[in-house]
Amino acid sequence: MESPRRTRIVLGEVATRRPAPDRTRAELTAQTAIGEALVKGLVRAQLALALRLALVVVTGLGALPLLFAVAPAVGAVTVLGVNLPWLLLGVLAFPFLVAVGWAYVRWAERNEQDFLSVVRRPGP
Amino acid sequence: MPVNPYLLPSLIVVVLVTVGIGAYGLRFARTTSDFLVASRAISPAWNAAAISGEYLSAASFLGIAGLILRYGVDVLWYPVGFAAGYLALLLFVAAPLRRSGAFTLPDFCQVRLRSPFLRRLATVFVVFIGCLYLVPQLQGAGLTFGTLTGGSYAWGALLVALVVTANVALGGMRAITFVQAFQYWLKLTALAVPVIFLVLQWQADGRPAVTPPTGPTFPAATTVQIRQDATISTAAGTVSVHRGDRLSFAAGDPVPVVSTTEDRRGADWLRPGGDGSLFATYSLILATFLGTMGLPHVLVRFYTNPDGTSARRTTLVVLGLVGLFYLLPTLYGVLGRIYTPQLLMTGRTDAVVLLLPEAILGGGHLGQLLGALVTAGALAAFLSTSSGLLTSVAGVVFTDMMGADRGGSVRDFRIATVLAAVLPTTLALFVSDMDISQVVGLAFAVAASSFCPLLVLGIWWRRLTDVGAAAGVLAGGGAAMAAVLVTVLGPDLPGWTGQAIEQPAAWTVPLAFAVMIAGSLCTGRRVPRDIGATMMRLHAPESLRL
Repeated sequence: MESPRRTRIVLGEVATRRPAPDRTRAELTAQTAIGEALVKGLVRAQLALALRLALVVVTGLGALPLLFAVAPAVGAVTVLGVNLPWLLLGVLAFPFLVAVGWAYVRWAERNEQDFLSVVRRPGP
Repeated sequence: MPVNPYLLPSLIVVVLVTVGIGAYGLRFARTTSDFLVASRAISPAWNAAAISGEYLSAASFLGIAGLILRYGVDVLWYPVGFAAGYLALLLFVAAPLRRSGAFTLPDFCQVRLRSPFLRRLATVFVVFIGCLYLVPQLQGAGLTFGTLTGGSYAWGALLVALVVTANVALGGMRAITFVQAFQYWLKLTALAVPVIFLVLQWQADGRPAVTPPTGPTFPAATTVQIRQDATISTAAGTVSVHRGDRLSFAAGDPVPVVSTTEDRRGADWLRPGGDGSLFATYSLILATFLGTMGLPHVLVRFYTNPDGTSARRTTLVVLGLVGLFYLLPTLYGVLGRIYTPQLLMTGRTDAVVLLLPEAILGGGHLGQLLGALVTAGALAAFLSTSSGLLTSVAGVVFTDMMGADRGGSVRDFRIATVLAAVLPTTLALFVSDMDISQVVGLAFAVAASSFCPLLVLGIWWRRLTDVGAAAGVLAGGGAAMAAVLVTVLGPDLPGWTGQAIEQPAAWTVPLAFAVMIAGSLCTGRRVPRDIGATMMRLHAPESLRL
């Protein structure tokens, strides 16, 4: 199998290269307020999703030091012979983070699909 | 101490495989772009393993277990934060950054804000953070070789520096991707396989308590060599000891408290919130959660994803791989509390991972083999993180300091690599008393207070201006940088000031955000005119671009 042709990319190009002319994008950016509003809507949806999941992590993990400080008794609880804070921070924190990440990827991709289906809808 | 006979062969194998994969990659690396971005043709699985391999440094492999041995549950926030940093990266940065087409942070400044001044400022911070992160890696290498082989600190640091410089200069990033991916799996294996035997032996020993009511005790007869003049407190009273003294303890003797090394005992170790450290804990959480996205060697990797969607998926896999790894150091720290408590007296707790296999399994073949395996993993940790850092610092030196915008050659990149390696190596040789984990934490704090606000606001807020961004980076990043310099070079400060300087993120990160937002609102007319197109480029899926 032949490998794809190599293209030479020099970093400076990123800075100097003008965006390639392309129709869909040109319509979206230059043409109308509608395109602008669509992109704004997508950005807002993605940001809201990210903030909501960040809030889940902040309440789930970020509240723990405060909880341990306010209610030291929680730190003394043992589950299966292991103190609860060790179990929470040493083990359960990681699957929790992965689960939040997984949910984000799913929903973020769905937001993009929605955006694409609106953009690609045949015009009047 | 007799030297482990398996040690040298295993280290040689790691170095040879690293150089070998690098040389294999060299066959494919033909143009400058191959060197820098691996031609953007690497699958998410490889890329994720490479990112994880690059990320898990000496601080993760050795430092966390050492900290847990010493301080207990409170420092579990280090591994949690190191992993959660990738979640923050995933939520706020991954896909848009990839879509921006920026390769480095200075590139992103140019793409988003079109400001050459901001670009230069970002370059300064990339080099500062890169050096701050490289020095402790090389030092860790030096200390490890000193501890295990009795060889000199300088040779260990120099050896790692040479291997890394040669590999980056000759193979560049394409080779590095494969090297890094290999090193992730090596590091995971090097902790996961021995820990099975260690836990089984602990079971066979009748599951000795981690925190016996009398405090830590010596599991076997031990001789401890004192490294500094100090006073030692036992139940019997307080004794002065001098540097070079050898103290002998019998099995079952309690471990005395040494005045020159800090550690926690009993409930302070077992339960959170030891000494009113809520501020320090939150500062650490802020630094690690938000700092990861600003580390130069992490960001550079995102350009090797083919598009934004795969950048997101790669980050998710990284989060899983890194989380899997971080389950392990905790076990080493806890077992070290039982089997290597003498480290609490010498203060060399960072060596716990390296010493534990032989301490638990004895000096037989099994203990020696597993000891050699963890050491090989530690070497992989030094090699991979320093390679990644060097690649990114060299990339920035190459494009922004050597003016390679107008088409640089592969030779220039090699020169840039050597230039970028000289300063940290020299520093590592002359400054040997810095603490690995602390310096790494400081690097996170600087990244979190400079690049994190720049990226997050740059990606999500249309009204960010170049002036506001520069002011925020200067205020927050500059304050964090100053705090780092005071911590590393200056005297110990008492009380609140000391805490605020040692863990600066809790005030420097909000400061950076506040200044950046206020500065942008004051200079609203400077918002780039093509902001609509830029936001479109950052957030719309690639399939829209015909």
